[in-house]
This record gives sequence, C-alpha cells and structure tokens, in this order.
Amino acid sequence: MAQLTRRTTDLLKPFSAALSSTRLLTTTSTTPITVETSLPFTGHRIDPPSRTVETTPQELMSFFRDMALMRRMEIAADSLYKAKLIRGFCHLYDGQEAVAVGMEAAITKKDCIITAYRDHCIFIGRGGTLLQCFSELMGRKDGCSKGKGGSMHFYKKESGFYGGHGIVGAQVPLGCGLAFAQKYSKDENVTFAMYGDGAANQGQLFEALNMAALWDLPAILVCENNHYGMGTAEWRAAKSPSYYKRGDYVPGLKVDGMDAFAVKQACKFAKEHVLKNGPIILEMDTYRYHGHSMSDPGSTYRTRDEISGVRQERDPVERIRKLVLSHDLATEKELKDIEKEVRKEVDEAIAQAKESPMPDPSELFTNVYVKGYGVEAFGADRKELKAVLP
Amino acid sequence: MFEALREGLEEEMDRDPRVCVFGEDVGHYGGSYKVTKGLAQKYGDLRVLDTPIAENSFTGMAVGAAMTGLRPVVEGMNMGFLLLAFNQISDNCGMLHYTSGGQFTIPTVIRGPGGVGRQLGAEHSQRLESYFQSIPGIQLVACSTVYNAKGLMKAAIRSENPVVLFEHVLLYNLKERIPDEEYVLSLEEAEMVRPGEHITILTYSRMRYHVMQAAKTLVNKGYDPEVIDIRSLKPFDLYTIGNSVKKTHRVLIVEECMRTGGIGASLTAAINENFHDYLDAPIVCLSSQDVPTPYAGTLEEWTVVQPSQIVAAVEQLCK
Repeated sequence: MAQLTRRTTDLLKPFSAALSSTRLLTTTSTTPITVETSLPFTGHRIDPPSRTVETTPQELMSFFRDMALMRRMEIAADSLYKAKLIRGFCHLYDGQEAVAVGMEAAITKKDCIITAYRDHCIFIGRGGTLLQCFSELMGRKDGCSKGKGGSMHFYKKESGFYGGHGIVGAQVPLGCGLAFAQKYSKDENVTFAMYGDGAANQGQLFEALNMAALWDLPAILVCENNHYGMGTAEWRAAKSPSYYKRGDYVPGLKVDGMDAFAVKQACKFAKEHVLKNGPIILEMDTYRYHGHSMSDPGSTYRTRDEISGVRQERDPVERIRKLVLSHDLATEKELKDIEKEVRKEVDEAIAQAKESPMPDPSELFTNVYVKGYGVEAFGADRKELKAVLP
Repeated sequence: MFEALREGLEEEMDRDPRVCVFGEDVGHYGGSYKVTKGLAQKYGDLRVLDTPIAENSFTGMAVGAAMTGLRPVVEGMNMGFLLLAFNQISDNCGMLHYTSGGQFTIPTVIRGPGGVGRQLGAEHSQRLESYFQSIPGIQLVACSTVYNAKGLMKAAIRSENPVVLFEHVLLYNLKERIPDEEYVLSLEEAEMVRPGEHITILTYSRMRYHVMQAAKTLVNKGYDPEVIDIRSLKPFDLYTIGNSVKKTHRVLIVEECMRTGGIGASLTAAINENFHDYLDAPIVCLSSQDVPTPYAGTLEEWTVVQPSQIVAAVEQLCK
C-alpha cells in the first residue's frame, strides 16, 4: 500500500532513477493485482465465475511479451508464405492470441491441449521454440515433426500438446480420448479440446460430448468462435450460434476471447469444474485479422471496417498494453523495446530455420511403422521394402 | 473361435493394465459374438467400455487414448460399421505416427467380423479389406483358424502399430484344440497350410476352407496344390509367397474380397513385379463378385468363390 501512494505521487515527478528502480522491482514481483474482465461471463446451466481476476505484475508482463511474440511470429509467417518459403496451407492466429496465452496461464503442462490446424501459437504457448515452429513451416529437418507434418501438424508430446489436425472436428473425439486416458490413470489432469465455430457443426462433436458426459470425462471443449467458418459467417452456418449452449445437458460458459484474463479465469474455473462434474463447453468470442488461411484475403466476406474496428476496440495485445501502462509497470518506450526484442528473436529464429536442411530422402519411409514387437515389412528377399528416389 | 479370441484378449488384459476395450455391447451384453463375454464383470466398466452407437467418435477416442499410452482394442460390431470411422482410422490412426515425426505411437487394434454371412443382407455382408489396404501406417491381418485367431490377437495387441484384425462372421463357431501354453504369432508371416508341387494357391480367412475342400477334389484328380494362408494382408509376406512361386511357377489367388482394387488385385501386382521371371502362366485371381451381397440364398452363394470354381481354375491353369 505504501507503493500505491508512492506511485501516485511519483506520477507528478519527472523521470528519476528512483522511479525506474522501484518499477524494475514491480515487474518481477508477485504482489497481487486485481483486474476486472471486460465483460461478464454468461453461463448455461452453470453459475458463471466472478469478473475479478487476480494477477501479478510478472504475469502481466509475461502476457504482453508472449502475445507480442505470437503476433510477431504470425506476421513473419505471412511474409514467409508470400516469399514462397512456406507452402500449402498456413492458418494464422493473430487476433486470437489471448486464448492461447490465457489458457496456458490457468493450467500445467500435464494437462493436454488438442486443437485443429490454427495451432502455431498454441504450440509456442506449450513450450515449443520459434526455431521448431519456423523449421516445420518451411519443411526442414529441425521442425517439431521433422518437417513431415507442416503447418497443420505441430505436436509436442512432452508438454501435452496433441496437435495439429487437418480434418476439423476429428480432434474432438481424440480430445475425449485423451480425457478418457486421464480418467483411466486417475491423474487429476484435464484436456482442452479446441475447435472453431465452423467445426462446431460436426456430428462427431456431439457424439464425443455425449460420451464424455456419460462417463464424466475431464474434457473441456473450447469453441474458438471467430465468427467465420472460412468464408461463411456463423449466422449462415448455424441455426443456433450460441455455441456454449449447444451442449444442452452439458454446462457452458461464454467468454470474451480477446481478454486474456477472462480466458484465464474461465479455464481455471473449467478445470476445477470438470475434475468433479464432467465436461463443460467454453465459447471464446474471438476474432482473426487474417483470412481463414493465406490463400484467403479475408475481405470478400467481411468489410475492412469491421476488421479495423475490432483491431481498434478489442485487440488483445493493446488491452494488455493499456493494463500495463495503467498499473505503471513499464513505460511506452519499454514496451516498444520488448516488441523490438521480440522482433529480433523472431528474425533470428527465421534465419536459423532457413539454415536448417531439408529432410533426408530416406526420411520418406521412416516413421510409417514403429519397429517394435515383430514388426518388419518384408520385401521379396526379406529386406525392408524400399524404393530409391531419383 | 470366439473363445480363443476372448482368451487372447483376456491374457493380454491380465498382462498389461493399459489394454482396454471399446465397442458397442462389449461390456454387459458380452459382445454380439461373445468375444468379450465376462470381461466387463472381471475388469470393470471403464476397462471394457460399452459405447453408444457412435463409431466415428469412439474410434477417435481410442486413438486419442492410444496417443497417451493406453492400448485400446476397438470392436466394430460389424466391419461395415467401421466405414463411419474411416476418417479416424485413416487420418488419425494411420498417419499420426508419421505427421508427428515419430512422437506418437498409436497401438490400437481395430477388430470385428466382416465377410459374407448367412443371408445377412448387403450392408452387413461387406468385404472391406480393399478399402483399408491403402492406408499408410496400419497393418492388416486376417485370422482363419482358432489357433491363429488367438495368436494374432495377442500379437496385434502387443504391436506398437495400429492393426486391423479381420475376423469372419461364419468362423466364430469353429472348434479346434489349441495349446495350453502361451503363444504369439508373427503379424507379418503367412502360414503354409499344405505343401505341394504343382500350383500355389494363396488365400485367407474363410476362403481357406473352400480351398481345402477343393484341394481334396484336386488331390483325387492327381494334382498337388500348395496352399498358403497369407494371413498378413498388409504387408504381404512376399518371402514365403516368393519361395512358393519359385517352386511351383503357377499362382491362383482365392479370396472373398471385392474384385476391383481388392487384396487379390494388389497381390497380383506385387507377385508380377517381383517374381515375373518365375511364372509359367498368368496369375489367376478368383474373388467375390463386385456386387452388393444379395439376400437370396442361392444368389449369395454365387457371390463368393465356390470350391467347384477353384477346381476348374486349377485345372485350367495346370493344362
């Protein structure tokens, strides 16, 4: 509380060494700060959690840095795609970073996350390095899947990130399977199965939800509602666009997905809930600035005014920036420095990834089967059946 | 045979607590073909899981569970129903090991009865090995006797790869004496049923019995067929098959799969590619007709290969 008074009086003083030294202390301190979420939560068959979230200066600064890193990474991926270093499909997550960062803050690495193809930032959130990310995007050997997966197939088994799936909707039964395994081994962890508003209309989602509710599996289904399923707006694809209510007998919560603290609160609440009561659906109301993927300009089905409107009013990084400035944890210049540092980190990772070699041609045939009990693919002369690439 | 499959499953469940069963009516009902009878009472409802009728999702769940290290055995009440789960089997089950760069292994077993039964109708008498054979990353095996059913079931569960085990509706009531000791068979080896000199007959699953019936007639007529039950449908055991072709120089494939794009078609291509020089005559492939299985008994009989057709084909080839 003494700090509070000092802070208010210091605002009137010019910049001084004393000020910066006390602030350096606060950016790494863990004294709690309370923050209000931008919007209240809406619950379906459940009492929503409170709007007040406890956080620390350290967490606030790490949110800012992580989100700036993710934003920078996605924009860099955009330029790499246009330079034809990344090919195929590239689905960018900028605008939705608050979901990845907020979720990570509420859980441990033993909890599992599984998502569809918009997975670059979640991979970073789970502990993936920029080098692994860019190498995989460019199809190099150092990628997280050795260059054989690509943009849509990022995985990190050690930190519970199960991908990275191309066929949307299919990852939700997989997520319920992860939850089943967690219940089977009784290890008190939960699974977050993420999908989008487009995939929310897949039947296998409801099948999996039925089973999860039947057996009280610790599965949290997270709908990242960015309001457009590729080019189709949600009101054109879903009769009931309240995705958090779609579970019917399963409780749901609607969360402002552009507010990292709302996401953190909801995920923490959800984790406690499912460990006792079975599945829950979280709908994250979020927005993506880029089109569906790099081949989609993103402006044929929505106006540029809409995109810039959201960017001005609800941008997640801006929100954290304002919070940091209002709690006086850093100056504008320091935040800009962090962004510059992040940009440098991303550029270095890209340079390093460009150096990484393409996978060896023999890698075409590795990892198709696991060499284990009695597994050998015999050719005519009992050697492994292989072809030599020209 | 259903008891042998159950014994195999039970022994593996005793041995490894991570083995679990997913399927419709496998728990309290005991399995529609009694393969999982008594297991739910012994191991509990979570380990022998009665699923709702949602093949796509429970196969997906099995793959998700396998990604974390469990070893689920998925039972399709009829292989035809697993077509609903084809996306999960192909994309997730087969490909995850590759697309994750080796991070995840999917040790699932997907099993169920298939094939033409006794007037079960078109949708319950499908011969689906052809659809699954192109999926990279999975192994296909077909059991045919009580002895190899138990051995292959155990091998499939122990394998780190996803295995699709094809059983046949009409073979569940076969009775045979099997050893008391534990045995596990190899998933990639073919079985020599009857060694011979004149012609190699390759077969699997129920057609093995039709071939053996035809073989009796052929022996009486003076022919000496070599009968091999290929068992492993993907990958083919080209070693055993090759040695046989090198000896007899004539091949007849008898299968219950569809003619177009079936196992026989692939096997014909594989043998031609590798053993062309050893063949004295073109390979003949007898497969079931490319029609939905009709209900009428006589029509159904002619959908699959009959022993008389096998005898005629051998006589033609050995002329």
